Amino acid sequence: MQRETVLNTLVFLALPAVAAIALVLDEPFTITLATRAAILALAAVGLNLALGLGGLVSLGHAVFFGLGGYAMGILASHAQSYAPLDLGLFVIEGTKSMPVIWLTAVVVSALAALLIGLLALRTAGVYFIMITLAFGQMFYYFTISWPAYGGEDGLSIYVRNSFPGLNTLDPIQFFGLVFAVLAIVLFIMGRIERSAFGLALGTARQNAARVETVGLSPFHLRLVAFVISGAVTGLAGALFADLNRFVSPTMFSWQMSGEFIVFIVLGGIGRLFGPVVGACLFVLLEHLLSGVSEFWLIYLGAILLFVVLFARGGVIGALVGRGGHHG
Amino acid sequence: MADPLLEIQAVSKSFGALRATDDVSLTLLPGEIHALIGPNGAGKSTLIQQVAGALVPDTGRILFDGRDVTALGTAERAQAGLGRTFQISALAMENSVLQNAVLGAVGASRRVWRFARSVMRDSDVRSHAEAALNRVGLSDVANMRVGELSHGQRRLLEVAVALTLRPKVFLMDEPMAGLGAEGSARMTGFLDGLRSEAPILLVEHDMDAVFALADRISVLVSGRVIATGTPADIRSNAEVRTAYLGEEGLS
Ligand SMILES: Nc1ncnc2c1ncn2[C@@H]1O[C@H](COP(=O)(O)OP(=O)(O)OP(=O)(O)O)[C@@H](O)[C@H]1O
Ligand SMILES: [Mg+2]
Repeated sequence: MQRETVLNTLVFLALPAVAAIALVLDEPFTITLATRAAILALAAVGLNLALGLGGLVSLGHAVFFGLGGYAMGILASHAQSYAPLDLGLFVIEGTKSMPVIWLTAVVVSALAALLIGLLALRTAGVYFIMITLAFGQMFYYFTISWPAYGGEDGLSIYVRNSFPGLNTLDPIQFFGLVFAVLAIVLFIMGRIERSAFGLALGTARQNAARVETVGLSPFHLRLVAFVISGAVTGLAGALFADLNRFVSPTMFSWQMSGEFIVFIVLGGIGRLFGPVVGACLFVLLEHLLSGVSEFWLIYLGAILLFVVLFARGGVIGALVGRGGHHG
Repeated sequence: MADPLLEIQAVSKSFGALRATDDVSLTLLPGEIHALIGPNGAGKSTLIQQVAGALVPDTGRILFDGRDVTALGTAERAQAGLGRTFQISALAMENSVLQNAVLGAVGASRRVWRFARSVMRDSDVRSHAEAALNRVGLSDVANMRVGELSHGQRRLLEVAVALTLRPKVFLMDEPMAGLGAEGSARMTGFLDGLRSEAPILLVEHDMDAVFALADRISVLVSGRVIATGTPADIRSNAEVRTAYLGEEGLS
């Protein structure tokens, strides 16, 4: 446990360290890479509550990532064109304000997670995986065939959205903002894991009958976990879109959902910092290997295979030398 | 005679062609231990599952504390005051002994929708859980993982978690299994005192324990209750002797 805390701290500080060094060396691209890693980590930290603690293998978390992305894209594009979004019943002004966009992304993805969870959580195992996958595909094909916001080509935003007191166009400032969000969410997730709710959710993963026998409903626990999980991944989606100043249907693709799972498995399932380690490693490998070979994903696949076969606790487990453990 | 706390009325349950529970009626009175005995596969666990809410009877009703709970799920029945232990331990194996007991205390106090406070540092919940572990003698292993416990210790933990719920009725499916002679004797003494807190519907194969503890005994064979009565009645019942007790060589 002690060693894991040290390792977590090191990994966590590595991100701002890399960004700081890149700033000194005047390498803005590296800062952007670190930002990308932090955002992908945030998305997987969201999934980790459902998957790691709750045991819910969702292959549809790209839905929330995409909804966060499109929340940003749609609001910003209406602000850009000075044309309010007319929904018939009421009219929504576009906005370039990140806090407003984030709030929208969180609320929209939480609602989507509630609806999807209400249906999907009535099933378990492979059926749960299939239903979440099916929802992902529905959103994917819907955005492709819906021309209003770019359809298949996606939607570009010309200027990054704003945050009070910051110049978000400056890579290091945007990185700092993203990193602060990641830190806060990790702190909150750590608290949730140790809370009464976290204990009950983790028990429901191990033995649902035990939870019912003490008078609690595994369904309700999982539903709440799924909603929180979706909301966090949705927030990451809004940040991801802002990083790229672009949203497209690929944010909804099942490959995206699969990558989030890969981050978690790579870092170590059921560990608070597992997704952070996994996402950083992924972005690093993507950067290093994609230069060497266009088939870099094969190497990643081999590494993943190695982790699953020989290091079940993921990279953190291999370095710390203990199985997954919930606080 | 006091009203029964638990009343099983003409309950039947089939698995395909197998009638695992066949028109079973029995009651549990305040302050008593009602033992349910019968050969392997007689349907004892199946009946307990239906009382606990894990299985739905095909026909019949289950009344608990004056209300019909037949349509309620397991969690609702637990909230209403049914405390259950499993024949095959159902515990969170990766968690510590104390964490398992704390979960019971969380369920009992309805404090599950708390997201920010550390549950293991919640002194109310924790002391409640520690007291239950202490009663069954598991305080020394409170910080061990359940996966590292012996089978007997897991049985004790099942009982401890049920205690944290402060239930109105205990349903216990073979709490003595795996305890060994000394452990069984200790558990027998413990259950003897427990009946004054809440009556116990006790499934048990250990006949020494059953005849030492039970106020009443029901004998289940092939899903049917063939006899209900005091230990003396059951011991002298000819049908029971041939169907069950005879083969166990009871003196
Ligand atoms: N879910 C199920 N599906 C099909 N058959 C079942 C199921 N559960 C139990 N049975 C069958 O119902 C019968 C009663 O089983 P049950 O577990 O209730 O017996 P028991 O009296 O508890 O036995 P033991 O003393 O061995 O614990 C057995 O023949 C068993 O094989
Ligand atoms: Mg049984």
